[in-house]
Amino acid sequence: MISSMQTSRWNAILVPVLAVILGLLVGAVLMLLMGYDPIAGYSSVFQGIFGNSYFIGETLRAVTPLIFAGLAVAFAFRTGLFNIGVEGQFIVGQLAAAWVGASWDLPPGLHAAVAVLVAMVAAGVYAGIAGWLKARLGVHEVITTIMLNYVALFGSNYVIRTMLKGATERSKDILPSASLQSEWLTNLFEGARINWGLLLALIFVLISYWLLMKTTTGYELRAVGFNPHASEYAGMNVPKNIFLAMLVSGMFAGIGGATDVLGVNGNMAISAGFTGIGFDGIAVALIGNNNPFGVIFGALLFGGLSFGADNMQRVEGIPTESIQIVISMVIYFVAASSLIKWLLGKFRRRQGV
Amino acid sequence: MNFTDMLTIIINGTIIFSTPLILAALGGVVNERAGIVNIGLEGLMIIGAFAAAVVAIWTGETLGMPGWLAPWLGILAAMLAGMLFSLPHAVASIDLKADQVVSGVALNIFAGGVALFVVKKLFEGAGQTTTVQNVFHKVNIPFLNDIPIIGPGFLQIYPTSYLAFLLVGIAYWVMYKTPFGLRLRAVGEHPRAADTVGVNVRKMRYMAVIISGGLAGLGGGTLSIAMSQSFQHSTVSGHGFMALAAMIFGKWHPVGAMGAALFFGLATALAASGQVLGLTQYVPSEFLNALPYLLTILALAGVVGRAQAPAASGKPYEKGSR
Repeated sequence: MISSMQTSRWNAILVPVLAVILGLLVGAVLMLLMGYDPIAGYSSVFQGIFGNSYFIGETLRAVTPLIFAGLAVAFAFRTGLFNIGVEGQFIVGQLAAAWVGASWDLPPGLHAAVAVLVAMVAAGVYAGIAGWLKARLGVHEVITTIMLNYVALFGSNYVIRTMLKGATERSKDILPSASLQSEWLTNLFEGARINWGLLLALIFVLISYWLLMKTTTGYELRAVGFNPHASEYAGMNVPKNIFLAMLVSGMFAGIGGATDVLGVNGNMAISAGFTGIGFDGIAVALIGNNNPFGVIFGALLFGGLSFGADNMQRVEGIPTESIQIVISMVIYFVAASSLIKWLLGKFRRRQGV
Repeated sequence: MNFTDMLTIIINGTIIFSTPLILAALGGVVNERAGIVNIGLEGLMIIGAFAAAVVAIWTGETLGMPGWLAPWLGILAAMLAGMLFSLPHAVASIDLKADQVVSGVALNIFAGGVALFVVKKLFEGAGQTTTVQNVFHKVNIPFLNDIPIIGPGFLQIYPTSYLAFLLVGIAYWVMYKTPFGLRLRAVGEHPRAADTVGVNVRKMRYMAVIISGGLAGLGGGTLSIAMSQSFQHSTVSGHGFMALAAMIFGKWHPVGAMGAALFFGLATALAASGQVLGLTQYVPSEFLNALPYLLTILALAGVVGRAQAPAASGKPYEKGSR
């Protein structure tokens, strides 16, 4: 007889794994219906992720910003806030890092650290606007963060065009002293743009976990998210905690933006549209059940499948969108986990355990 | 350019740009008043835009149906596709007691994936449909159109805009003047009380989600066959989220949501015609583009204030639970 505690532990791992399997199955059926070979399709995705060390390195490069975006969304979710503005905060982080990286003059290493720090603070403050509006005036954070995304997009384009413009439609390149690129890692992965950002991402997963689960502040943040009225009754400062939660959430997004500029491109493009990374962060957080460690799993799955999908389209001619559909089904099955738990329960009863 | 011309351009642009938002925000209102959160409006608009473009091309150009009929069939398909694609969200939120935000996010990704997958399949790998030949044209009403400002500003709009305003009226009437509407709102405010007096919570919520899907699909359809005249990955780009914002801005009320959508439309019209109106001489275009969003934040912070969602919004209803 398995105790209910153990069952729920098992379910926490089994549900996402089964959701992935079911998602892949739905994707396979869809490919069959559309006249493609799902086995060839999935093996080309697999090849596109693990096929050679360059692909592995590039997959990890794609996963890095997703970890940050996922952390940002998950942190806000755990504190009862829906931060759709990670996209905009990511952009603010990119801009701040590009600005510090290109126009300040500091010793190597320190320069990169300062650029990351400035990006972190800038994006945190930017997200803090939405937090402050929610805390003081009760303005719904979903609207303000959506609006702030657009303001960040157009605002950063303006700053690049008028103050930071390089030779092309991009910002000036950052100085080598601010770079997060790693020759060692790039050589190890045969030229892939994997960089120190990945290490930073893993460190911030730990920080996020520690902050949420091991500190009084984290406890208060979660309490306010869980039940603001009870928290207020218990003497917690609800508005302060709402503001703080958005601030920290934005900080994660900002560092993600910084690693993208300092570690991968070395500059920031004037862009007509969003990067999409902030929105993908929502999916990553949800697959990871809003747990900082779960976010790593979510980012690996999301980033890996999306990156591998390019290879599938190249080799097998199957549209990358089929993988997008697989990802959506995984999220759907995670949402509808009661269905999976019910199936598991049935299975267990039949096994008599 | 004189003042009358400028005013005409701005008024006309406001109505045209706000139409898809009005329809989708209306969908959001119906949904959330019944207690179901729908982040999936974006996805439903994508699938609507896709269905409208593909069906208008297929009926008008492949089957050779009359040019006036094809866009109407397209818009009908958009509505039906929106209803169909809202079903998984309904099942997840109502029967599987899923987290409605998560399910809505899944719907957004799913709809975008399906639409582009099929487009690539139908149009030999291209990421967009061909240009729709039979589209809606702005309505010309004899005599009335000659009235300055009112004619070319207010009346010379796409038939879909007239449809949108009509649907706002219908939605208001149904939601506030009929027993059905009362039940719908009761289910979103206090499902247990509604259940006690014999309202079928499950059925009402299913209907709300499906109606909402139809409206959001319509909104998406107007984007592809009245405005951009094709479907590609960027046709909808964020309109669903703007509609969501309009719904909250309009305090979950059909007329309020329309007002908020018109406000976004106005700001978008100002940005879009900045060049024509000569505004870009004085203000950088990026500022004009950011204006709708900045104005919204200011309006929410200063004027509108605290928004109160329907009490049971986002909460699955379990019969017999306390």
